[in-house]
Amino acid sequence: MSSFAHFGNDLYTGKRSFDIVGRQKTWYAVSLVLLVLACIGLFGRGLNVGLEFKGGSEFRVSSVTNLDNFESRGKTAVGTLDTGSDVVVTKIGADTVRIQTEKFENTLTDKVKSALASEFKVGENKITASTIGASWGASISQKAITALIWFLILVSLVLAAYFRTWKMSLAALIALAHDLVITVGIYALAGFEVTPASVIGFLTILGYSLYDTVVVFDKVRENTLLAAGSGRLSFSQAANQAVNQTLVRSINTSVVALLPVGSILFIGFFLLGPGTLLDLSLALFVGIAVGTYSSIFIATPVLADLREREPAMQQQKKHAERYQAGQARQAASAPDASGPDVQDGPDIQDRATVTAGTGTSATGRPLHPSVQTGPRNQPKRPPKSKR
Amino acid sequence: MAFNPRNRGPLRTLAALFVIVFGLYGFLGAVSTWGDAQRAPKLGLDLEGGTQLILQPKLVGNQTINEGQITKAVDIIRQRVNGSGISEAEVTTQGGSNIVVSLPGSPDKTTIASLQKSSQLRFRAVLVEGSAAPTPVPTSTSTPTGTPTSTATATAAATGKATATGKATAKATGTATPTAKSGYPPALAAATTPAPTGTATPGTAATANPTTAPAGKPQNASDPAWITPDVQAAYTALNCANPKDIEAIVDDPAKPMVTCSVDGRAKYILGPAEVLGSEVSNATSGQQQTQSGSTGIWEVRLDFNAAGTKAFGDVTSRLVVLPPPRNQFAIVLDNLVISAPVTQAALTAGNASITGSFTAASSKVLADQIKFGALPMSFTLQTREDISPTLGGDQLRRGLLAGLIGLILVVVYSLFQYRALGLVTVSSLVIAASLTYATVTLFGWSYGFRLTMAGVTGLIVSIGITADSFIIYFERVRDEVRDGRALRAAVESGWGRARRTILISDGVNFLAAIVLYVLAASNVRGFAFTLMLTTIIDIVVVMLFTHPLLSILANTKFFGEGHKWSGLDPERLGARTVTYAGRGRVTIAARRAAAEGNQS
Repeated sequence: MSSFAHFGNDLYTGKRSFDIVGRQKTWYAVSLVLLVLACIGLFGRGLNVGLEFKGGSEFRVSSVTNLDNFESRGKTAVGTLDTGSDVVVTKIGADTVRIQTEKFENTLTDKVKSALASEFKVGENKITASTIGASWGASISQKAITALIWFLILVSLVLAAYFRTWKMSLAALIALAHDLVITVGIYALAGFEVTPASVIGFLTILGYSLYDTVVVFDKVRENTLLAAGSGRLSFSQAANQAVNQTLVRSINTSVVALLPVGSILFIGFFLLGPGTLLDLSLALFVGIAVGTYSSIFIATPVLADLREREPAMQQQKKHAERYQAGQARQAASAPDASGPDVQDGPDIQDRATVTAGTGTSATGRPLHPSVQTGPRNQPKRPPKSKR
Repeated sequence: MAFNPRNRGPLRTLAALFVIVFGLYGFLGAVSTWGDAQRAPKLGLDLEGGTQLILQPKLVGNQTINEGQITKAVDIIRQRVNGSGISEAEVTTQGGSNIVVSLPGSPDKTTIASLQKSSQLRFRAVLVEGSAAPTPVPTSTSTPTGTPTSTATATAAATGKATATGKATAKATGTATPTAKSGYPPALAAATTPAPTGTATPGTAATANPTTAPAGKPQNASDPAWITPDVQAAYTALNCANPKDIEAIVDDPAKPMVTCSVDGRAKYILGPAEVLGSEVSNATSGQQQTQSGSTGIWEVRLDFNAAGTKAFGDVTSRLVVLPPPRNQFAIVLDNLVISAPVTQAALTAGNASITGSFTAASSKVLADQIKFGALPMSFTLQTREDISPTLGGDQLRRGLLAGLIGLILVVVYSLFQYRALGLVTVSSLVIAASLTYATVTLFGWSYGFRLTMAGVTGLIVSIGITADSFIIYFERVRDEVRDGRALRAAVESGWGRARRTILISDGVNFLAAIVLYVLAASNVRGFAFTLMLTTIIDIVVVMLFTHPLLSILANTKFFGEGHKWSGLDPERLGARTVTYAGRGRVTIAARRAAAEGNQS
C-alpha cells in the first residue's frame, strides 16, 4: 500500500518514469503480434456464432436433480420424436441442462418440451424453450454495425471539437479499432460463443475504450500545452509524462471497473452458465483489460508520432533538447545534484535557491505565489461554477 | 463544523441533493401508495418469466410497409392479444418493422397462431342482425327483447321487428352530388363504428327459420337459405360479451358466418364473403365534398380495384332492393363487423362512401381499419422465447449477488487505496445506488421501463464507471497536494481539472449509450438505457455530493492537516515544497525539512 502511493508520487514527479512513448516500436510490435493472432483467429478459426445467428431451437431444463448421463438422455428424449436434427446437449451451472437443436416448429417445440420434462423428471414450467430465426442475429449485427458507424462519426467530431485537433480523434479511434479487433479475436481464438449479448458487450467496449483514452488524453493535452509554453519538453516527453502521471489512475480505474465485471464473470461462469450475463461480462472483461492497455501503450504513442511530424513540434523538440542539454551540464557541474533529472523544472536544490518570483512545481506547472508566501489573507469565494 | 462559513456553499449543494433524493423517494412513495406504481422496479420478461414473440411482417411480392401500417398492425395485434384474454401483454415495435409481443406466462398454440395470421377484411351481406346478448329461444311472437342503445326511434318494419334507423349508409360518390341525405338521423354520433346497434330481432330468427326449411341451394349470398339450423343455433348461443365466444368465431369465406360487431353491441348472421380486402385499393376519411364545397359531414371513401368494382357493384345492385336488414353489407375485419352500412344505391363506379354520424376521429379509425385490412399482412414468427419464472428469478438473484460482490470488492479496494477517502467513495456509491433505484422504479411506472438481465448487467458495469469518476477526482486532488498546495486549495483546483475530464469522459460514454439506445434492438436498449441513466447519475453525484463533501472534509482537522489515514497525507504523497496549513502554521514545512535532512 505504502509502496503503491510512493510509486504514484514517483511517477508524478518524474523520479520514476517509464519511457512509454519513446519505446513505441516495442508496443506497436506487441500489438501487431496480438492483432495478427486475432486475425488468424477471426479468419482462420472463425467466430463461434451462437444459436441467434444460425437459427435454431434451444431448451433449458433447470432444477434437474439427477444429472447422470444427461447428454445421452437429452439426445434420446429429443430422438424419440424422430426429428432427425443434430442435438447438442450441454450442462450449464449446477443443475441446468441445455439442449440445442435445429429450428423446430411450434408444435414440435411443445412435444420436445414434454419429452424433456418426462425424461428429466421436472415440471414443464422448469423448461425454457426458445426458437430463433437466423435473421434475428443478422438483424442485430446489422444494427450493431449501423450503431458503430454513427458512434464513430459522432465521437470523432466530439473529440476533435473538445481537444481541438483531429489527431487526437484519430489516435483514439486507432486505439478503439485495436481493442475491438483484439477482443473479437480473443473470442475467436478461445472459441467463446458470440451471442447478441456479446455484441452488446463489444459495443460497450467502444464506449469504455474511448472513455479511458479520453481521460489519458485530457492529461496529455494539459501537459503538452504547458510544454509548448515553456519549451522545456518535447511533445513526446510531455505526453510520456502525462501517461506516467495518469498511470496510477489507469491502474486504479481498471481494477475498479474489472472487479464488478469479474464478479459477474465468476458468478456467471460457476452458477449461471451461458446467458446474457456471462456473454456480456466476458466481452467487457476482455475489452476493459485491452482498453486500458491500449489507452496507455497505443493511443498516446500514436498521438505523439502523429504530432511530432508537425514543424512546430519539431522546433519544440529542438528547443527542449537544447534546454535539457543545458540542464544536464548544470547538473554535472554541481556534484551534489540529485542526479541527471531529465524532467523539466528545477530539482529541489535549485528551487531552494529560488525564493522570489513564480516557482514551478515538480511538473513545470507554475504555482500560485501563495505556495511560496503563505495563504492569502482574504479567502476569496470561488465563482459559483467552481463550487 | 456546520458553523464554518466556508462550508456554507457546499452544504447548500448537499442540501439540494438531499432534497432531490427525498423528493424522488417521496414521489415514489406517493405514487405507490395512492397510485398504481410498484415499489420495486418492473422486471423484464427474462427475469419475471413469460414468453416473448417477435413477429416479422410477411410481405408478398413488392409490397412495402410503412410506419402507419405497422402502428395499425400493432393495434390489431394488441386487440388480438387482449381479445384472447391475456392481461398485461406488451406489444411494441422493434426496428421499424418487427413487432415484439411480450406475454406473461406461456400462451397456447392457438393464441400464437391467431397472432400470426393475416388480417382478413371481407365484405359480406347481412342476413340477420340482432342485439348482442344470446337470444332467448325464439317465440312466435315478435317481441323485441333488446333495447335500442341509440337514441333513434325504432320503427317497426314489415317483418315485425324493431330496427333502429340510425344506420350508416353507403352510396355512390361517382356522382359528386349526394342524394337522399335528409334521411340521416344523427343517431350514432358517439359510436366509434357506425354499425347499427340496438336492434332486437328475435322475430327475425323466427321468420328466418321457416325459410331454411325449403333448403335447396342458396341463390345468392343474401339468400336466407344460408341460415341452416346449425347457423341459427350458433347465432342464438353467441354472446358478444364473452371473449371465449368471440375467439370461437370462424371466418370461412365460402360459408355464412355468425359474428359480433366490434363494439360488441350487435350480432349478425352474414352471408359468404363477396368482396375481399385485397380488392379494396384505398380507404380515406374526410369531409364530404360537393360542388358547393364541404358539407361538414365526415365520410369514409372506399376505392376498389377492377375485381372489387365488379364484385361490389354486383353486391350493391342486389342489396339495394332487399328489405332491411338484408340491404346492409357488413365489413368484417378479423372476424368482427367493423361497419354494416345500408346500401342506398347500386354502386358500380368503383368507389363508395360510407357516411353516418362520423366524427373526424371515428371516420379515420374506420378508414385505417379498412386500409389495414386491405393489406393482408401475416407475420412470421421470428423468435419465440419461453422463460420459466424460476430460471428468471434465479438469474436475477445471482445477478444481484454478483453486483453485491462487485460492490464489496470496489469498496474494499478503494478503502485500501484511499483510506478515509474511500469512505467518501462508498457513500457516493450508496447515494448513486439509491438514486438509480428510485429512477428505475419511476421509469418503470411512468414509461413502462422493465429491467432486464442486460439492464442489470449495465447497472453492475456502471459501478466501475461511477467509481472511476471519484478516482479521477481523488487522483487530481492528490496531484495538487503533491504540487504542494494546502488541501483546501488542492480540492478546489483539483476539482476544476477533474471536472473537465469527468464531463468529457462521461459525455463520450453517454454518447455511446444514446447511439446504442436509438439504433439497437430491444434487449440492447435495456442495457443502453441503464448505462445512460447511470452516467447522468454519476455526474449528479460527483457534482452534488462527492465534491461538496470533500470541500467540507477539507476543512476538518483530520483531512485538512493530512492525517496519516486520510489518504491525503502530503508527506506520503511526497509534497516537496513549503506548504502552509493555514493561519501561519507551517507544520508540513517542518516535516519536509526533516525529511530532506534525512535524505541529504
